[in-house]
Amino acid sequence: MIAPSDLPDEQRIVITGIGLTAPNGNDLAQFRESVLAGKSGVTGYEIRYVGATLAGACNFDEFRHQGRKERRRGTRAGSIGIYCSHEAIADAGLEWKNVDPAAVGVYVGVTEHGNVETENEIYELKGFDYDIKFWSHHHNPRTVANNPAGEIALNRGITGPHYTIGAACAAGNAGIIQGAQMLRLRECDVALAGGVSEAIHTFGIFASFKAQGALASHDDPAKASRPFDKARNGIVVSEGGGMYVLERLADAKPRGARIYGEIAGYAINTDATDFVLPNPERQAECMRQALRRAGIAPDQVDIVSTHATGTTTGDTQECDALRRVFCESSRTRFNNTKSMIGHAMGAAGILELTGNLPAFQDGVCHATINVDDLDPQCDLPGLTINEPREMGKVNYILNNSFGMLGINSVLIVKRI
Amino acid sequence: MTREELRLAVLDILQEIAPDEDLSNLRDDLTFRDQLELDSMDFLDIVMSLRKKYRIQVPEEDYPQLASMQSTLDYLAPKVQAVQKV
Repeated sequence: MIAPSDLPDEQRIVITGIGLTAPNGNDLAQFRESVLAGKSGVTGYEIRYVGATLAGACNFDEFRHQGRKERRRGTRAGSIGIYCSHEAIADAGLEWKNVDPAAVGVYVGVTEHGNVETENEIYELKGFDYDIKFWSHHHNPRTVANNPAGEIALNRGITGPHYTIGAACAAGNAGIIQGAQMLRLRECDVALAGGVSEAIHTFGIFASFKAQGALASHDDPAKASRPFDKARNGIVVSEGGGMYVLERLADAKPRGARIYGEIAGYAINTDATDFVLPNPERQAECMRQALRRAGIAPDQVDIVSTHATGTTTGDTQECDALRRVFCESSRTRFNNTKSMIGHAMGAAGILELTGNLPAFQDGVCHATINVDDLDPQCDLPGLTINEPREMGKVNYILNNSFGMLGINSVLIVKRI
Repeated sequence: MTREELRLAVLDILQEIAPDEDLSNLRDDLTFRDQLELDSMDFLDIVMSLRKKYRIQVPEEDYPQLASMQSTLDYLAPKVQAVQKV
């Protein structure tokens, strides 16, 4: 394999801007501070039919970059995407008026889209005895699968390609990977890439996890998301978003852009074994493929940002996969951001990677919180629990994101 | 419902549909479109709000009647009376 550093700058893809909203932060500095402090963003939450439950809600200002009418017409997912995209573009220092709108691509990973709007519309319709004369003409534009990406394009006047990448909970990584690929193919010069989730506004996702026995509960909301802990009892559903400005190094370098990291390697594969149960063999294969593409050995990875969601099976299966790949790597640390923000679904991949990116500067691996009684099956030698770990120089971060229907995604980012 | 009450009801709907607009100087004799940024989806919103809130049905051929406040009130007044009688 050709390592990215051996590629010409036209083929090397770098992250030059970051915009995000997470349950514990609305920009990178805030988010990093929260994850280093082990601050949870999980709170008590109520949603129709389910009643009192827990969730990670975001409190970014929807109207910072969007008019009230635009917001009313659109969706929460679109709004999250618009906020994150604006912040990312500003962070990248791009002179937007000088950017050709036809050369910008928008690639947004989503776990699902349209459930929120469909549920709301049916709920309203019930009040009119299911007479479809009362069904909104906004339903279709709100629920088409490209909606979250399309709203970003509309808001920013982007005329290049826009679409979403449906990839269950692997979507955050998948959006970034798509952006990188499109830049390499020269389909665009600037990629706005990442993932969003408005999942906490659909009762269906809570009810379905509950029916599956996979919805977390705890008297203390901050302790509910507890991957790797023996007392874990499921997923905390969260909303959130993360969008990157991705550029070819050949474009980023001359304009003196700040570079957060380089997309060094990636892989997406499929279990093909079950609708929901993970497959550690395929997960391991996915990680190995990404490592091969990055041209590195497992012991060169400093931090692995795990996918673990706090379910009994999911966590142990991922640890099984991690042991297969990293058994001879004493250097590699493993952490988990969901312990603080819950499972941000389509945004999980990008948020979990992003919370770790500042390690390239500060050399710290943030902790996995809430591990009071470590499950021996999850006892990885490098697991960073409850206290952040000073590591010295961090060169490579590997980010795992897996999803239903057996989709696995691995993204490796390199310090540059 | 008096004509003034009906006017306030239509203003409420407009404010909901165009929340970024200042409606305080809206003139009844000029078309909404000349004064506000409204498109066809917004007009459908007006029709839907009338249906949901006041059970008033506006058939498609009558949509042009909703062009200005004045024409809207002229058109709606007898319909509101009819609804109230029911």
